[in-house]
Amino acid sequence: MTVDLAEIAEGRRLRALFAARGADIVRADILQPADRLLDLYGEDIRARAYVTGDPLRGEMMLRPDFTVPVVMAHLASGAASGRYAYAGKVFRKQETDPDRPVEYEQAGYEVIGGGDPVAADAEVFVAIKEGLGDLPVAATIGDLGILTAAVRGLRTSEARKAALMRHVWRPGRFRALLDRFAGRVAPDPARQRLLAMDDPLEEAGPFIGLRGRNEIEERIARLRAEAAEPPLPQGDIAAIDAILALRETAPNVLSALRDIAMDLSEIGGAVDRLARRLDALSARGVDVAALAMEGGFGRSMLEYYDGFVFGFSGVTRPDLPPVATGGRYDALVSVLGRDVPAVGGMIRPARCLALRAGGRA
Amino acid sequence: MIRLGVPSKGRLMDKTFQWFGARGVTLAKSGSERDYAGTVGGIDGIELILLSASEIPRELEAGRLHLGVTGSDLVREKVAGWDRTLRVMAGLGFGGADLIVAVPRAWVDVDSLDDLDAAAAAFRARHGYRLRIATKYHRLVRDFLREHGVADYQLVDSQGATEGVVKNETAEAIADITSTGETLRANGLKVLDGALIHASQATLFRSKAATWTDADRAVLADLEGRLGL
Repeated sequence: MTVDLAEIAEGRRLRALFAARGADIVRADILQPADRLLDLYGEDIRARAYVTGDPLRGEMMLRPDFTVPVVMAHLASGAASGRYAYAGKVFRKQETDPDRPVEYEQAGYEVIGGGDPVAADAEVFVAIKEGLGDLPVAATIGDLGILTAAVRGLRTSEARKAALMRHVWRPGRFRALLDRFAGRVAPDPARQRLLAMDDPLEEAGPFIGLRGRNEIEERIARLRAEAAEPPLPQGDIAAIDAILALRETAPNVLSALRDIAMDLSEIGGAVDRLARRLDALSARGVDVAALAMEGGFGRSMLEYYDGFVFGFSGVTRPDLPPVATGGRYDALVSVLGRDVPAVGGMIRPARCLALRAGGRA
Repeated sequence: MIRLGVPSKGRLMDKTFQWFGARGVTLAKSGSERDYAGTVGGIDGIELILLSASEIPRELEAGRLHLGVTGSDLVREKVAGWDRTLRVMAGLGFGGADLIVAVPRAWVDVDSLDDLDAAAAAFRARHGYRLRIATKYHRLVRDFLREHGVADYQLVDSQGATEGVVKNETAEAIADITSTGETLRANGLKVLDGALIHASQATLFRSKAATWTDADRAVLADLEGRLGL
Protein backbone atom coordinates (compact mmCIF):
# COMPACT_ATOMS: atom_id res chain seq x y z
CA MET A 1 0.00 0.00 0.00
CA THR A 2 1.52 3.30 -1.03
CA VAL A 3 0.89 6.47 0.91
CA ASP A 4 -1.28 8.61 -1.29
CA LEU A 5 -0.44 12.24 -0.58
CA ALA A 6 -3.37 13.51 -2.60
CA GLU A 7 -5.74 11.41 -0.47
CA ILE A 8 -4.23 12.81 2.74
CA ALA A 9 -4.37 16.37 1.39
CA GLU A 10 -8.02 15.95 0.46
CA GLY A 11 -8.76 14.69 4.00
CA ARG A 12 -6.99 17.71 5.50
CA ARG A 13 -8.87 20.06 3.19
CA LEU A 14 -12.19 18.60 4.33
CA ARG A 15 -11.19 18.78 7.99
CA ALA A 16 -10.27 22.44 7.60
CA LEU A 17 -13.63 23.06 5.94
CA PHE A 18 -15.42 21.41 8.88
CA ALA A 19 -13.27 23.30 11.39
CA ALA A 20 -14.30 26.54 9.70
CA ARG A 21 -17.86 25.70 10.76
CA GLY A 22 -16.74 26.03 14.35
CA ALA A 23 -15.73 22.41 14.98
CA ASP A 24 -12.87 21.42 17.27
CA ILE A 25 -10.29 19.22 15.59
CA VAL A 26 -10.11 15.83 17.31
CA ARG A 27 -7.16 13.49 17.09
CA ALA A 28 -7.62 9.86 17.98
CA ASP A 29 -5.10 7.15 18.75
CA ILE A 30 -4.64 4.62 16.00
CA LEU A 31 -4.59 1.86 18.62
CA GLN A 32 -7.98 1.75 20.33
CA PRO A 33 -9.02 -0.52 23.21
CA ALA A 34 -10.72 -3.50 21.56
CA ASP A 35 -13.16 -4.44 24.31
CA ARG A 36 -15.36 -1.35 23.97
CA LEU A 37 -15.61 -1.71 20.18
CA LEU A 38 -16.27 -5.44 20.41
CA ASP A 39 -18.97 -4.90 22.99
CA LEU A 40 -20.63 -2.28 20.79
CA TYR A 41 -20.38 -3.96 17.42
CA GLY A 42 -20.03 -7.64 18.25
CA GLU A 43 -18.24 -10.26 16.24
CA ASP A 44 -18.80 -8.44 12.95
CA ILE A 45 -16.22 -5.83 13.90
CA ARG A 46 -13.70 -8.55 14.80
CA ALA A 47 -14.04 -9.84 11.25
CA ARG A 48 -13.54 -6.34 9.85
CA ALA A 49 -10.96 -4.79 12.17
CA TYR A 50 -7.34 -5.61 12.91
CA VAL A 51 -7.04 -6.86 16.46
CA THR A 52 -3.69 -7.06 18.14
CA GLY A 53 -2.39 -7.65 21.66
CA ASP A 54 -0.53 -5.47 24.09
CA PRO A 55 1.06 -7.02 27.20
CA LEU A 56 -0.25 -4.28 29.51
CA ARG A 57 -3.34 -2.94 27.74
CA GLY A 58 -4.77 -6.22 26.50
CA GLU A 59 -6.51 -6.50 23.15
CA MET A 60 -6.17 -3.41 20.97
CA MET A 61 -7.74 -2.61 17.63
CA LEU A 62 -6.42 -0.55 14.75
CA ARG A 63 -8.94 2.34 14.62
CA PRO A 64 -11.87 0.97 12.55
CA ASP A 65 -13.78 4.27 12.77
CA PHE A 66 -13.62 7.71 14.37
CA THR A 67 -17.11 7.86 15.82
CA VAL A 68 -16.35 6.02 19.05
CA PRO A 69 -13.08 7.88 19.84
CA VAL A 70 -14.79 11.22 19.07
CA VAL A 71 -17.70 10.39 21.38
CA MET A 72 -15.30 9.25 24.11
CA ALA A 73 -13.33 12.50 23.78
CA HIS A 74 -16.56 14.49 24.04
CA LEU A 75 -17.73 12.57 27.12
CA ALA A 76 -14.32 12.97 28.77
CA SER A 77 -14.38 16.74 28.17
CA GLY A 78 -17.53 17.11 30.24
CA ALA A 79 -18.87 19.64 27.74
CA ALA A 80 -22.64 19.73 27.26
CA SER A 81 -22.33 19.94 23.50
CA GLY A 82 -19.67 20.11 20.85
CA ARG A 83 -18.83 20.10 17.17
CA TYR A 84 -15.91 17.98 16.04
CA ALA A 85 -13.86 17.55 12.88
CA TYR A 86 -11.34 14.83 12.14
CA ALA A 87 -9.29 13.36 9.35
CA GLY A 88 -7.10 10.30 9.37
CA LYS A 89 -6.65 6.68 8.48
CA VAL A 90 -9.06 3.93 9.38
CA PHE A 91 -8.27 0.26 8.95
CA ARG A 92 -10.60 -2.47 7.73
CA LYS A 93 -9.84 -6.04 6.72
CA GLN A 94 -11.20 -7.04 3.31
CA GLU A 95 -12.11 -10.71 3.24
CA THR A 96 -13.80 -10.91 -0.12
CA ASP A 97 -12.41 -8.27 -2.47
CA PRO A 98 -8.60 -8.02 -2.56
CA ASP A 99 -8.84 -4.82 -4.61
CA ARG A 100 -10.51 -2.88 -1.84
CA PRO A 101 -8.08 -0.87 0.33
CA VAL A 102 -7.50 -2.01 3.90
CA GLU A 103 -6.42 1.43 5.10
CA TYR A 104 -7.88 4.67 3.86
CA GLU A 105 -8.50 8.26 4.88
CA GLN A 106 -11.76 9.37 6.41
CA ALA A 107 -12.74 12.94 7.13
CA GLY A 108 -15.77 13.66 9.25
CA TYR A 109 -17.93 16.11 11.11
CA GLU A 110 -19.88 15.26 14.26
CA VAL A 111 -22.36 17.30 16.29
CA ILE A 112 -22.91 16.00 19.82
CA GLY A 113 -25.45 17.44 22.24
CA GLY A 114 -27.30 20.65 21.59
CA GLY A 115 -30.98 21.41 21.95
CA ASP A 116 -32.23 20.98 18.40
CA PRO A 117 -31.51 17.55 16.88
CA VAL A 118 -33.40 18.33 13.68
CA ALA A 119 -31.22 21.39 13.05
CA ALA A 120 -28.12 19.30 13.84
CA ASP A 121 -29.22 16.68 11.27
CA ALA A 122 -29.50 19.37 8.61
CA GLU A 123 -26.24 21.00 9.68
CA VAL A 124 -24.26 17.75 9.30
CA PHE A 125 -25.88 16.88 5.97
CA VAL A 126 -25.06 20.32 4.60
CA ALA A 127 -21.47 20.18 5.92
CA ILE A 128 -20.89 16.90 4.10
CA LYS A 129 -22.63 18.16 0.97
CA GLU A 130 -20.46 21.24 0.99
CA GLY A 131 -17.36 19.09 1.45
CA LEU A 132 -18.26 17.16 -1.70
CA GLY A 133 -18.56 20.46 -3.58
CA ASP A 134 -19.34 20.09 -7.26
CA LEU A 135 -18.56 16.37 -7.46
CA PRO A 136 -21.19 14.50 -9.51
CA VAL A 137 -22.95 12.91 -6.54
CA ALA A 138 -26.54 12.26 -5.56
CA ALA A 139 -27.83 11.94 -2.01
CA THR A 140 -30.29 9.45 -0.57
CA ILE A 141 -31.74 9.94 2.89
CA GLY A 142 -33.62 7.69 5.26
CA ASP A 143 -34.92 7.73 8.81
CA LEU A 144 -34.63 4.65 11.00
CA GLY A 145 -36.58 6.55 13.66
CA ILE A 146 -39.74 6.03 11.60
CA LEU A 147 -39.24 2.29 11.38
CA THR A 148 -38.49 1.99 15.09
CA ALA A 149 -41.51 4.16 15.94
CA ALA A 150 -43.63 1.85 13.76
CA VAL A 151 -42.31 -1.20 15.63
CA ARG A 152 -43.07 0.45 18.97
CA GLY A 153 -46.57 1.19 17.71
CA LEU A 154 -47.42 -2.40 16.76
CA ARG A 155 -50.46 -3.82 18.52
CA THR A 156 -48.54 -6.61 20.19
CA SER A 157 -46.56 -7.50 23.33
CA GLU A 158 -43.50 -5.64 24.56
CA ALA A 159 -41.49 -8.88 24.21
CA ARG A 160 -42.27 -9.08 20.49
CA LYS A 161 -41.49 -5.41 20.00
CA ALA A 162 -38.16 -5.82 21.79
CA ALA A 163 -37.28 -8.80 19.58
CA LEU A 164 -38.04 -6.79 16.44
CA MET A 165 -36.16 -3.72 17.69
CA ARG A 166 -33.05 -5.84 18.23
CA HIS A 167 -33.10 -6.86 14.57
CA VAL A 168 -34.00 -3.60 12.85
CA TRP A 169 -30.47 -3.72 11.40
CA ARG A 170 -30.72 -7.35 10.22
CA PRO A 171 -33.38 -7.31 7.50
CA GLY A 172 -33.46 -11.12 7.08
CA ARG A 173 -34.08 -11.92 10.70
CA PHE A 174 -36.45 -8.97 11.10
CA ARG A 175 -38.57 -10.42 8.30
CA ALA A 176 -38.43 -13.92 9.80
CA LEU A 177 -39.65 -12.55 13.14
CA LEU A 178 -42.51 -10.65 11.48
CA ASP A 179 -43.56 -13.81 9.64
CA ARG A 180 -43.51 -15.80 12.86
CA PHE A 181 -45.44 -13.18 14.84
CA ALA A 182 -47.98 -12.96 12.02
CA GLY A 183 -48.60 -16.70 12.28
CA ARG A 184 -47.31 -17.28 8.74
CA VAL A 185 -44.97 -20.01 9.98
CA ALA A 186 -46.51 -23.25 11.24
CA PRO A 187 -45.51 -23.86 14.88
CA ASP A 188 -42.96 -26.59 15.43
CA PRO A 189 -44.69 -29.73 16.84
CA ALA A 190 -41.74 -30.59 19.09
CA ARG A 191 -41.85 -27.09 20.54
CA GLN A 192 -45.60 -27.35 21.12
CA ARG A 193 -45.12 -30.66 22.93
CA LEU A 194 -42.44 -29.12 25.13
CA LEU A 195 -44.58 -26.14 26.08
CA ALA A 196 -47.52 -28.41 26.87
CA MET A 197 -45.51 -30.45 29.39
CA ASP A 198 -46.14 -29.89 33.12
CA ASP A 199 -42.41 -29.88 33.70
CA PRO A 200 -40.50 -29.21 30.49
CA LEU A 201 -37.23 -29.64 32.37
CA GLU A 202 -38.14 -33.12 33.58
CA GLU A 203 -35.79 -34.87 31.17
CA ALA A 204 -33.37 -32.04 30.65
CA GLY A 205 -30.45 -34.00 32.05
CA PRO A 206 -27.52 -32.42 33.84
CA PHE A 207 -27.35 -28.61 33.90
CA ILE A 208 -23.92 -27.59 32.68
CA GLY A 209 -22.51 -24.18 31.87
CA LEU A 210 -23.34 -20.69 33.05
CA ARG A 211 -26.81 -20.42 31.53
CA GLY A 212 -28.72 -21.62 34.55
CA ARG A 213 -31.91 -23.56 35.10
CA ASN A 214 -33.74 -20.36 36.06
CA GLU A 215 -32.80 -18.77 32.73
CA ILE A 216 -34.18 -21.77 30.85
CA GLU A 217 -37.38 -21.63 32.91
CA GLU A 218 -37.76 -17.93 32.23
CA ARG A 219 -37.44 -18.45 28.50
CA ILE A 220 -40.00 -21.27 28.56
CA ALA A 221 -42.39 -18.91 30.35
CA ARG A 222 -41.77 -16.35 27.60
CA LEU A 223 -42.29 -18.97 24.89
CA ARG A 224 -45.59 -20.01 26.51
CA ALA A 225 -46.74 -16.39 26.64
CA GLU A 226 -45.66 -15.95 23.03
CA ALA A 227 -47.55 -19.07 21.91
CA ALA A 228 -50.71 -17.79 23.61
CA GLU A 229 -50.49 -14.40 21.89
CA PRO A 230 -52.75 -13.63 18.95
CA PRO A 231 -51.05 -13.12 15.61
CA LEU A 232 -49.82 -9.65 14.73
CA PRO A 233 -52.67 -7.82 12.94
CA GLN A 234 -52.37 -7.91 9.15
CA GLY A 235 -52.74 -4.13 8.96
CA ASP A 236 -49.72 -3.58 11.22
CA ILE A 237 -47.52 -5.74 9.03
CA ALA A 238 -48.82 -3.96 5.95
CA ALA A 239 -47.80 -0.63 7.52
CA ILE A 240 -44.25 -1.88 8.18
CA ASP A 241 -44.05 -3.28 4.64
CA ALA A 242 -45.31 0.02 3.23
CA ILE A 243 -42.66 2.00 5.15
CA LEU A 244 -39.87 -0.32 3.99
CA ALA A 245 -41.03 -0.17 0.38
CA LEU A 246 -40.94 3.65 0.14
CA ARG A 247 -38.53 4.90 -2.54
CA GLU A 248 -39.41 8.33 -3.80
CA THR A 249 -38.47 11.96 -3.51
CA ALA A 250 -38.43 13.13 0.08
CA PRO A 251 -41.66 15.21 -0.15
CA ASN A 252 -43.53 12.25 -1.70
CA VAL A 253 -42.20 9.90 1.00
CA LEU A 254 -43.33 12.41 3.62
CA SER A 255 -46.87 12.53 2.25
CA ALA A 256 -46.98 8.71 1.98
CA LEU A 257 -45.86 8.49 5.60
CA ARG A 258 -48.61 10.91 6.64
CA ASP A 259 -51.10 8.49 5.07
CA ILE A 260 -49.56 5.53 6.90
CA ALA A 261 -49.69 7.53 10.14
CA MET A 262 -53.49 7.69 9.81
CA ASP A 263 -53.56 3.97 10.63
CA LEU A 264 -50.41 3.83 12.75
CA SER A 265 -50.59 7.01 14.78
CA GLU A 266 -47.48 6.12 16.81
CA ILE A 267 -45.23 7.15 13.93
CA GLY A 268 -46.78 10.63 13.95
CA GLY A 269 -44.02 12.15 16.08
CA ALA A 270 -41.28 10.70 13.91
CA VAL A 271 -43.04 11.85 10.74
CA ASP A 272 -43.35 15.38 12.16
CA ARG A 273 -39.63 15.28 12.88
CA LEU A 274 -38.96 14.28 9.28
CA ALA A 275 -41.10 17.22 8.09
CA ARG A 276 -39.17 19.63 10.28
CA ARG A 277 -35.87 18.13 9.09
CA LEU A 278 -36.84 18.62 5.45
CA ASP A 279 -37.74 22.24 6.28
CA ALA A 280 -34.38 22.69 8.00
CA LEU A 281 -32.58 21.23 4.98
CA SER A 282 -34.54 23.47 2.65
CA ALA A 283 -33.74 26.52 4.79
CA ARG A 284 -30.06 25.65 4.32
CA GLY A 285 -30.37 25.61 0.57
CA VAL A 286 -30.88 21.89 -0.09
CA ASP A 287 -33.19 21.14 -3.02
CA VAL A 288 -35.46 18.88 -0.98
CA ALA A 289 -37.92 18.33 -3.83
CA ALA A 290 -35.21 16.46 -5.74
CA LEU A 291 -33.81 14.58 -2.74
CA ALA A 292 -34.24 10.79 -2.87
CA MET A 293 -35.54 9.03 0.23
CA GLU A 294 -35.90 5.31 1.05
CA GLY A 295 -37.89 3.81 3.90
CA GLY A 296 -35.34 1.10 4.60
CA PHE A 297 -32.19 3.14 3.95
CA GLY A 298 -29.34 2.55 6.40
CA ARG A 299 -30.50 -0.81 7.76
CA SER A 300 -27.52 -2.73 6.47
CA MET A 301 -24.87 -0.27 7.67
CA LEU A 302 -23.06 -1.00 10.93
CA GLU A 303 -25.55 -1.33 13.72
CA TYR A 304 -25.64 2.10 15.29
CA TYR A 305 -27.59 4.61 13.24
CA ASP A 306 -31.03 4.96 14.80
CA GLY A 307 -32.56 8.09 13.24
CA PHE A 308 -31.75 10.27 10.25
CA VAL A 309 -29.37 8.53 7.81
CA PHE A 310 -27.87 9.61 4.50
CA GLY A 311 -25.45 8.57 1.80
CA PHE A 312 -23.89 10.26 -1.22
CA SER A 313 -23.03 8.16 -4.29
CA GLY A 314 -21.32 9.07 -7.53
CA VAL A 315 -23.87 9.47 -10.33
CA THR A 316 -21.26 8.77 -13.01
CA ARG A 317 -19.86 5.77 -11.09
CA PRO A 318 -22.76 3.74 -9.69
CA ASP A 319 -20.28 0.84 -9.35
CA LEU A 320 -18.40 2.66 -6.55
CA PRO A 321 -19.60 2.36 -2.96
CA PRO A 322 -20.93 5.58 -1.37
CA VAL A 323 -18.52 8.53 -1.26
CA ALA A 324 -19.97 9.76 2.02
CA THR A 325 -22.36 8.42 4.66
CA GLY A 326 -23.71 9.60 7.95
CA GLY A 327 -26.53 9.56 10.42
CA ARG A 328 -27.83 9.94 13.92
CA TYR A 329 -26.55 7.61 16.65
CA ASP A 330 -28.15 8.68 19.93
CA ALA A 331 -28.34 5.10 21.25
CA LEU A 332 -24.62 4.53 20.74
CA VAL A 333 -23.76 7.58 22.87
CA SER A 334 -26.12 6.41 25.57
CA VAL A 335 -24.44 2.97 25.62
CA LEU A 336 -21.09 4.76 25.96
CA GLY A 337 -22.22 6.67 29.00
CA ARG A 338 -24.59 9.59 28.59
CA ASP A 339 -27.98 10.32 27.03
CA VAL A 340 -26.92 12.97 24.55
CA PRO A 341 -28.15 13.25 20.96
CA ALA A 342 -25.44 12.91 18.33
CA VAL A 343 -25.22 13.00 14.55
CA GLY A 344 -22.27 12.84 12.21
CA GLY A 345 -21.09 12.14 8.72
CA MET A 346 -17.88 11.14 7.00
CA ILE A 347 -16.35 11.42 3.56
CA ARG A 348 -13.93 8.99 1.90
CA PRO A 349 -11.32 11.27 0.25
CA ALA A 350 -9.97 8.53 -2.03
CA ARG A 351 -13.40 8.02 -3.53
CA CYS A 352 -13.76 11.77 -4.07
CA LEU A 353 -10.47 11.78 -5.96
CA ALA A 354 -11.53 8.73 -7.98
CA LEU A 355 -14.81 10.37 -8.86
CA ARG A 356 -13.01 13.52 -9.91
CA ALA A 357 -10.57 11.48 -12.05
CA GLY A 358 -13.15 8.93 -13.21
CA GLY A 359 -10.91 6.13 -11.88
CA ARG A 360 -11.24 3.48 -9.24
CA ALA A 361 -10.65 3.77 -5.47
CA MET B 1 7.32 -31.34 -11.72
CA ILE B 2 3.84 -31.20 -10.06
CA ARG B 3 4.00 -31.03 -6.28
CA LEU B 4 1.19 -33.03 -4.65
CA GLY B 5 0.61 -32.45 -0.92
CA VAL B 6 -0.94 -35.25 1.15
CA PRO B 7 -1.56 -35.47 4.92
CA SER B 8 1.50 -36.96 6.56
CA LYS B 9 -0.09 -39.37 8.99
CA GLY B 10 -3.07 -41.27 10.29
CA ARG B 11 -6.26 -42.40 8.63
CA LEU B 12 -6.36 -39.41 6.32
CA MET B 13 -2.98 -40.41 4.82
CA ASP B 14 -3.85 -44.12 4.59
CA LYS B 15 -7.22 -43.42 2.97
CA THR B 16 -5.67 -40.98 0.51
CA PHE B 17 -3.04 -43.55 -0.48
CA GLN B 18 -5.84 -46.10 -0.97
CA TRP B 19 -7.94 -43.71 -3.05
CA PHE B 20 -5.07 -42.97 -5.43
CA GLY B 21 -3.95 -46.61 -5.38
CA ALA B 22 -7.38 -47.81 -6.48
CA ARG B 23 -6.95 -45.54 -9.53
CA GLY B 24 -3.51 -46.81 -10.48
CA VAL B 25 -1.43 -44.10 -8.84
CA THR B 26 0.74 -45.54 -6.09
CA LEU B 27 1.61 -43.15 -3.27
CA ALA B 28 3.96 -44.28 -0.50
CA LYS B 29 6.11 -42.96 2.26
CA SER B 30 9.76 -43.47 1.45
CA GLY B 31 12.16 -44.82 4.03
CA SER B 32 11.33 -44.75 7.70
CA GLU B 33 8.04 -43.95 9.45
CA ARG B 34 9.38 -40.58 10.57
CA ASP B 35 10.47 -39.51 7.11
CA TYR B 36 8.15 -37.01 5.39
CA ALA B 37 9.39 -37.76 1.88
CA GLY B 38 7.27 -39.89 -0.42
CA THR B 39 7.29 -41.71 -3.73
CA VAL B 40 4.81 -41.76 -6.60
CA GLY B 41 4.41 -44.81 -8.83
CA GLY B 42 2.39 -45.41 -11.97
CA ILE B 43 2.81 -41.88 -13.33
CA ASP B 44 5.80 -39.63 -13.99
CA GLY B 45 6.17 -35.94 -13.23
CA ILE B 46 4.58 -35.85 -9.77
CA GLU B 47 6.43 -35.27 -6.53
CA LEU B 48 4.76 -36.35 -3.26
CA ILE B 49 5.03 -33.94 -0.33
CA LEU B 50 3.82 -35.20 3.05
CA LEU B 51 2.79 -32.52 5.52
CA SER B 52 0.20 -31.70 8.15
CA ALA B 53 -3.35 -31.49 6.77
CA SER B 54 -3.73 -28.09 8.42
CA GLU B 55 -0.73 -26.68 6.51
CA ILE B 56 -1.87 -27.88 3.08
CA PRO B 57 -4.43 -25.05 2.52
CA ARG B 58 -1.79 -22.38 3.11
CA GLU B 59 0.74 -24.12 0.83
CA LEU B 60 -1.85 -24.40 -1.94
CA GLU B 61 -2.82 -20.75 -1.53
CA ALA B 62 0.84 -19.71 -1.78
CA GLY B 63 1.28 -21.85 -4.87
CA ARG B 64 4.04 -23.98 -3.30
CA LEU B 65 1.84 -27.02 -3.93
CA HIS B 66 0.15 -27.63 -7.30
CA LEU B 67 -2.25 -30.19 -5.88
CA GLY B 68 -3.21 -31.09 -2.34
CA VAL B 69 -5.52 -33.34 -0.34
CA THR B 70 -7.03 -31.87 2.81
CA GLY B 71 -10.36 -31.29 4.55
CA SER B 72 -12.70 -28.90 2.77
CA ASP B 73 -13.39 -27.33 6.20
CA LEU B 74 -9.72 -26.42 6.64
CA VAL B 75 -9.55 -24.76 3.23
CA ARG B 76 -12.65 -22.67 3.88
CA GLU B 77 -11.43 -21.63 7.31
CA LYS B 78 -7.84 -20.84 6.44
CA VAL B 79 -8.03 -19.37 2.95
CA ALA B 80 -10.00 -16.12 2.60
CA GLY B 81 -11.96 -16.20 -0.66
CA TRP B 82 -10.65 -19.75 -1.17
CA ASP B 83 -12.41 -20.29 -4.49
CA ARG B 84 -10.41 -17.45 -6.06
CA THR B 85 -7.15 -19.35 -5.65
CA LEU B 86 -8.20 -23.01 -5.36
CA ARG B 87 -10.30 -25.36 -7.47
CA VAL B 88 -11.97 -28.54 -6.24
CA MET B 89 -10.87 -31.47 -8.42
CA ALA B 90 -12.64 -34.22 -6.50
CA GLY B 91 -14.31 -35.00 -3.21
CA LEU B 92 -12.66 -38.21 -2.05
CA GLY B 93 -15.63 -39.59 -0.12
CA PHE B 94 -13.91 -40.07 3.24
CA GLY B 95 -12.83 -38.00 6.20
CA GLY B 96 -16.43 -36.81 6.45
CA ALA B 97 -17.29 -34.56 9.37
CA ASP B 98 -19.85 -31.86 9.99
CA LEU B 99 -19.11 -28.45 11.42
CA ILE B 100 -22.09 -27.76 13.66
CA VAL B 101 -23.26 -25.59 16.54
CA ALA B 102 -23.97 -27.47 19.78
CA VAL B 103 -25.51 -26.34 23.07
CA PRO B 104 -26.13 -28.10 26.41
CA ARG B 105 -28.82 -30.78 26.18
CA ALA B 106 -30.41 -29.15 29.22
CA TRP B 107 -31.32 -26.15 27.06
CA VAL B 108 -34.69 -27.69 26.19
CA ASP B 109 -35.82 -24.26 24.98
CA VAL B 110 -33.09 -24.00 22.34
CA ASP B 111 -33.40 -26.15 19.21
CA SER B 112 -32.79 -23.73 16.35
CA LEU B 113 -30.66 -20.71 15.43
CA ASP B 114 -33.72 -18.60 16.13
CA ASP B 115 -33.71 -19.92 19.70
CA LEU B 116 -29.96 -19.44 20.00
CA ASP B 117 -30.32 -15.79 19.02
CA ALA B 118 -33.10 -15.21 21.56
CA ALA B 119 -31.17 -17.05 24.29
CA ALA B 120 -28.06 -14.98 23.49
CA ALA B 121 -30.03 -11.72 23.87
CA ALA B 122 -31.37 -12.79 27.28
CA PHE B 123 -27.97 -14.09 28.35
CA ARG B 124 -26.27 -10.80 27.51
CA ALA B 125 -28.95 -8.81 29.35
CA ARG B 126 -28.50 -10.93 32.46
CA HIS B 127 -24.76 -11.59 32.53
CA GLY B 128 -23.52 -8.34 31.00
CA TYR B 129 -21.47 -9.98 28.28
CA ARG B 130 -22.14 -11.77 25.04
CA LEU B 131 -22.88 -15.50 24.99
CA ARG B 132 -19.61 -17.29 24.29
CA ILE B 133 -19.27 -19.86 21.52
CA ALA B 134 -15.99 -21.79 21.56
CA THR B 135 -14.50 -22.80 18.23
CA LYS B 136 -11.39 -22.97 16.15
CA TYR B 137 -13.35 -22.24 12.95
CA HIS B 138 -13.74 -18.50 13.50
CA ARG B 139 -14.29 -17.40 9.93
CA LEU B 140 -16.75 -20.14 9.00
CA VAL B 141 -18.78 -19.77 12.18
CA ARG B 142 -18.89 -15.96 12.08
CA ASP B 143 -19.95 -15.87 8.43
CA PHE B 144 -22.62 -18.47 9.09
CA LEU B 145 -24.07 -16.72 12.14
CA ARG B 146 -24.02 -13.34 10.40
CA GLU B 147 -25.83 -14.80 7.39
CA HIS B 148 -28.48 -16.21 9.74
CA GLY B 149 -28.84 -12.99 11.72
CA VAL B 150 -27.66 -14.31 15.08
CA ALA B 151 -26.45 -11.48 17.34
CA ASP B 152 -25.18 -10.96 20.89
CA TYR B 153 -22.67 -13.79 20.79
CA GLN B 154 -18.88 -13.78 20.86
CA LEU B 155 -16.43 -16.36 19.62
CA VAL B 156 -13.78 -17.63 21.98
CA ASP B 157 -10.85 -19.58 20.67
CA SER B 158 -10.59 -23.27 21.44
CA GLN B 159 -7.94 -25.31 19.67
CA GLY B 160 -8.72 -28.66 21.29
CA ALA B 161 -11.08 -30.56 23.62
CA THR B 162 -13.76 -28.05 22.62
CA GLU B 163 -16.57 -30.32 23.84
CA GLY B 164 -15.39 -29.77 27.41
CA VAL B 165 -15.55 -25.99 27.54
CA VAL B 166 -19.21 -25.75 28.57
CA LYS B 167 -18.65 -27.98 31.60
CA ASN B 168 -15.59 -25.90 32.44
CA GLU B 169 -17.71 -22.74 32.09
CA THR B 170 -15.34 -21.04 29.67
CA ALA B 171 -18.08 -20.94 27.00
CA GLU B 172 -21.84 -21.48 26.81
CA ALA B 173 -21.96 -23.23 23.42
CA ILE B 174 -19.54 -24.66 20.86
CA ALA B 175 -19.08 -24.83 17.10
CA ASP B 176 -17.00 -27.86 16.21
CA ILE B 177 -16.46 -30.78 13.87
CA THR B 178 -18.33 -33.97 14.66
CA SER B 179 -18.63 -37.21 12.76
CA THR B 180 -20.88 -39.36 14.93
CA GLY B 181 -21.96 -36.97 17.67
CA GLU B 182 -20.78 -39.46 20.31
CA THR B 183 -18.35 -37.07 22.02
CA LEU B 184 -20.98 -34.34 22.06
CA ARG B 185 -23.50 -36.61 23.76
CA ALA B 186 -20.92 -37.77 26.28
CA ASN B 187 -20.34 -34.12 27.19
CA GLY B 188 -24.01 -33.30 27.65
CA LEU B 189 -24.34 -31.39 24.36
CA LYS B 190 -26.80 -31.53 21.47
CA VAL B 191 -26.61 -30.30 17.88
CA LEU B 192 -28.87 -27.38 16.90
CA ASP B 193 -31.32 -27.89 14.03
CA GLY B 194 -30.43 -25.95 10.90
CA ALA B 195 -26.92 -25.27 12.17
CA LEU B 196 -24.89 -27.42 9.79
CA ILE B 197 -22.21 -24.88 8.91
CA HIS B 198 -20.26 -27.09 6.55
CA ALA B 199 -20.25 -30.78 5.62
CA SER B 200 -16.57 -31.48 5.25
CA GLN B 201 -14.76 -34.29 3.47
CA ALA B 202 -11.23 -34.99 2.27
CA THR B 203 -10.92 -33.17 -1.04
CA LEU B 204 -8.34 -32.96 -3.82
CA PHE B 205 -7.65 -29.31 -4.62
CA ARG B 206 -5.76 -27.68 -7.47
CA SER B 207 -3.91 -24.41 -6.88
CA LYS B 208 -4.39 -21.60 -9.37
CA ALA B 209 -1.56 -19.71 -7.69
CA ALA B 210 1.08 -22.34 -8.53
CA THR B 211 3.20 -22.02 -11.67
CA TRP B 212 1.91 -24.47 -14.26
CA THR B 213 4.36 -25.15 -17.11
CA ASP B 214 3.21 -26.85 -20.31
CA ALA B 215 4.85 -30.04 -19.06
CA ASP B 216 2.96 -29.75 -15.75
CA ARG B 217 -0.33 -29.30 -17.61
CA ALA B 218 0.37 -32.44 -19.64
CA VAL B 219 1.03 -34.39 -16.43
CA LEU B 220 -2.16 -32.98 -14.91
CA ALA B 221 -4.20 -34.08 -17.93
CA ASP B 222 -2.64 -37.57 -17.66
CA LEU B 223 -3.41 -37.67 -13.91
CA GLU B 224 -6.99 -36.52 -14.42
CA GLY B 225 -7.44 -39.30 -16.97
CA ARG B 226 -6.20 -41.93 -14.54
CA LEU B 227 -8.29 -40.57 -11.68
CA GLY B 228 -11.36 -40.50 -13.92
CA LEU B 229 -11.92 -36.76 -13.38
